[in-house]
Amino acid sequence: MNWIATVDPLFVHGTTFAVILIVIIKILAGFGLLMGSVILMIWFERKAISDMQSRIGPQKWGPFGLLQTLADGMKLMFKEDLVPAEADRFVFKLAPYLVLVPALITFSIVPIGGTIHVAGHVIQLQVANPPMGILLMLAMSGISVYGVMLAGWSSGSKYPLLSSVRASAQMISYEAALGMTIVTIVLATGSLSTHDIVAAQGHGIWHWNLIRLGVVPFIVFIIAITAELNRPPFDVVEAESELVGGFHTEYSSIRFAIFFLAEYMNTITMSAIIVTLFLGGPAGWVPNVPHLRWVFPIVWFLVKTVGFAFCYIWFRASLPRMRYDQLMELGWKRLIPLSLGWMLIVAGFLVARGWGFLMAALVLLAWTLLTRAFELGQTRETGPQSVLPMVGERPLPGRILRDMTDGEES
Amino acid sequence: MANPFSFFGGFKLTFQHLARPTVTTSYPQAKRPKQPRQHGRHVLNRYEDGMEKCIGCELCAGVCPANCIYVRGLDNPPDHPVSPGERYGYVYEINYLRCIHCDLCVEACPTQAITESKMFEFSFTNRSDAIYTKAELVVDDEGFPQRLPWEDWREGEAAMTGGWMRATSPAGDASFEGVVQWTGDLGVGVRAPEAGQSDNRDDVATGSKQLRNVFPKHLEPQDVPLDQRGLQGAINNARAKMPRRKPKGEQA
Repeated sequence: MNWIATVDPLFVHGTTFAVILIVIIKILAGFGLLMGSVILMIWFERKAISDMQSRIGPQKWGPFGLLQTLADGMKLMFKEDLVPAEADRFVFKLAPYLVLVPALITFSIVPIGGTIHVAGHVIQLQVANPPMGILLMLAMSGISVYGVMLAGWSSGSKYPLLSSVRASAQMISYEAALGMTIVTIVLATGSLSTHDIVAAQGHGIWHWNLIRLGVVPFIVFIIAITAELNRPPFDVVEAESELVGGFHTEYSSIRFAIFFLAEYMNTITMSAIIVTLFLGGPAGWVPNVPHLRWVFPIVWFLVKTVGFAFCYIWFRASLPRMRYDQLMELGWKRLIPLSLGWMLIVAGFLVARGWGFLMAALVLLAWTLLTRAFELGQTRETGPQSVLPMVGERPLPGRILRDMTDGEES
Repeated sequence: MANPFSFFGGFKLTFQHLARPTVTTSYPQAKRPKQPRQHGRHVLNRYEDGMEKCIGCELCAGVCPANCIYVRGLDNPPDHPVSPGERYGYVYEINYLRCIHCDLCVEACPTQAITESKMFEFSFTNRSDAIYTKAELVVDDEGFPQRLPWEDWREGEAAMTGGWMRATSPAGDASFEGVVQWTGDLGVGVRAPEAGQSDNRDDVATGSKQLRNVFPKHLEPQDVPLDQRGLQGAINNARAKMPRRKPKGEQA
């Protein structure tokens, strides 16, 4: 059983009843923390965005409307659970859980605090610390795409279907940029485990990946993760002005609540992931207070996470929704080359300074070429006389007619 | 090339809004002050001697764009006349399911018999309640509108009936501004004129408040009126709040 000890220091003394109990408590605590914070997050978002829009927001249930989410949840629970006649019943019922479960699992790899010692057991304040670490997050966000996609497809309705097509395209294209920035971090850290990533940033603010890797990966990551979350300004998947409700148009009752819950759960989890990857997770100043030193990392972690949760709300209040083609252009033409180039530069500097500068020069050259190529692509003329074939535009009957005749119709 | 940092202008704006007061009020608990010339439920006025002002001419019914007024005139009984004229409004009904509160009836009325109070918060549980008859519309013996059980009257709403009428000069002639052109009402006598667009408004007498004084804190900085900005604005507001030594009428 030695290999288990590498996963979590909890198992160093062998698997006893106490260890199992601690694991169960950790799971329950993680689950409770996430659920509680989801309720607070929904309230926080509604309250903050209504402040930004000079509205009042929820205020009726509980102090400052804190219990509004519970009231909403209760209402949704008692509503009729509808399955459309055209729906694929099994997949329709499965899809919400395909979104919910990955959202829960992703949170398990986030280190919430340092380690504490209880009755001779060393406990890491994170639900699990698998050696593959951050890859789990990528895998889970990949699976949650299936949830959204299958939900849209199985509804047997056209708007959800359009939404699911958008969702799969958007999430997959932004996953590339996301993966590339994570590779940059993994290169710098030398480990996939989130515990190690956090530990590597623990020696002060200059060691945070935000600064150590240059700010570019952080910016790319925050844009890509917002797109991955389907949050504004990248919420083309559930663009209510275009697609009714998007993939969850046909969902009602508790199934809709699960989608809603999972979305906010993902928002919190991704804030936590950003904090873990770029801001040193629980790292921060710890005053020398006896018996309470373990509290401060948790406080730091929570403060940073809430900060990012606020950023998402701020994005939603400030930015208009992007058009679908703009979204794709940003993903493929800007973020993927940028993150790839930055990864090469960082990799070069990790080997030797000379290699780093060489890489930087090469990336700059490639960037210039790419920019020129995009420019040419933007200004190219499409039509019967152009060398390039038309892309994405159906030839109109009028043009076909014009091709067959001598010239312009007068 | 535009300033690349202008992209963050939107973020700045939304962040500033966090500190600004909310525009929304939680309506049934907190009610916003009404506008000085708010159009609400109609009132049929009476002269100071108790006679009804309505002469049953049906001009209001004729001008009504929503066809919500039904009037039938009748000759005054010689021994106990209802109105000082030849005829009086025998039947007067307003259907509030149709009324759009445009105040054209008030404008058409030759005797200022029909005016509008500021009360708009009334609802009915059946259609027949929506048709107000003379029994509900005519002012009571004190000269104030009847407060029906399903109506929500606030302080000072009865005092301002026909607000805009007392604000307008005939044909827009400035020389008539502030000149009383209407007869006294039962209970309140001749009401004070509102001085229209000129500076010498009598806000105390009419109980009205200028919106530009109420709303600056909700406005963008560049939209705040000049005399409301900054330190000078604070001084002006403080001065306006101070009790006046002499009412305006005595100064003139």
